[in-house]
Amino acid sequence: MIEEQKIVKVGMAELDTITGQGLIRTTGLGSCVGVTLLDPYRKIAGLAHVMLPSSDIAREGTLNIAKYADTALPELVQRLSDLGATKSKLVAKMAGGAQMFTFGGKGDSMRIGPRNVDSCKLMLSKLNIPLIGEDTGGNYGRTIELDIESGILFIRSIQKEVKEL
Amino acid sequence: MKDLFEHHGEFKMDVLKEVGNIGAGNAATALSRLLNKPIDMAVPKVQMLPFEEVAERVGGSENIVCAVFFRVEGEAPGNLFFIMSPAAAKRLLERLAGFEVNEEGDFSEMEWSAIAEIGNILAGSYLSSLADFTSLSMIPTVPALALDMAGAILGYGLLQFGEMGDSALLIDTTFIEGQDEVEGQFFLIPDPESFGKIFKALGIPLDHD
Repeated sequence: MIEEQKIVKVGMAELDTITGQGLIRTTGLGSCVGVTLLDPYRKIAGLAHVMLPSSDIAREGTLNIAKYADTALPELVQRLSDLGATKSKLVAKMAGGAQMFTFGGKGDSMRIGPRNVDSCKLMLSKLNIPLIGEDTGGNYGRTIELDIESGILFIRSIQKEVKEL
Repeated sequence: MKDLFEHHGEFKMDVLKEVGNIGAGNAATALSRLLNKPIDMAVPKVQMLPFEEVAERVGGSENIVCAVFFRVEGEAPGNLFFIMSPAAAKRLLERLAGFEVNEEGDFSEMEWSAIAEIGNILAGSYLSSLADFTSLSMIPTVPALALDMAGAILGYGLLQFGEMGDSALLIDTTFIEGQDEVEGQFFLIPDPESFGKIFKALGIPLDHD
């Protein structure tokens, strides 16, 4: 009997975790960045679909910490340690951060993709988590899927072949 | 943002529906002139939608769409998207410019620039009618084009709302050209700050006034 594979879906500005075996995925990353963290020994993984670089600009009443790079990554690390992951064993991969539209250099929000990428990298280095795979930038959308068992991050986009990191 | 709709919320939503109606109505008229055919329009949908659900309105986050995006500048800034399925965009080109299109293939440079121009005309009439209606200036930037996953494209229009919360107010209008099924959608996502200005310009008292 084939056991149905577990798939955890993470929406925009959300984060989630998965343990044991299965896939964790998020769809339609444009300027958003999908960051995956994995403890390959304990098979515990998490994914954050980061939308904005910094919570400093937040004007919302209750902060959605999954939305901002500077709050999402520490939270994800915490959630993974709560599940039994060893912090020093965590490895990161990330994809997204595209610039979907280009104009004649108008405004900061036009560069949000690269800024999200920079901010995620900064947080990873602060958290001492090595970034072992990256597919960022460009001007196209991505759907990503982490296979917890192999640790492979599959990246799909409309005009390119499936990429494996 | 929520406060803004606390009182007379339904009435305000109706006002925004009318905003969508006027804008898209004028754009539909412009398109109807271009095609020399009648264009039907669905009643606009105005809703505060969680980010996840915005892309569901065009077939889901991974659905591939053809989008013309305009940043709206002026007194009531926002984001305006004109979205079609790739097949509908091809049919539109065929009707309009007599392109011999291959429904499956990529868009040629010529086809892209024709789509940009159509988008320009439609967005121009959408926004100028809104500007007339509200006496607020709303100027579109040059069009930007994308053929990609709906989630990746629309995510871009949600950034301004991202700072405020996890949902965005969307004015969604669909137009249809008869049996030929050239269907397109306008998404107007005014910046959070613009709603107060729009209501004020239309003489709707704000709650804290």
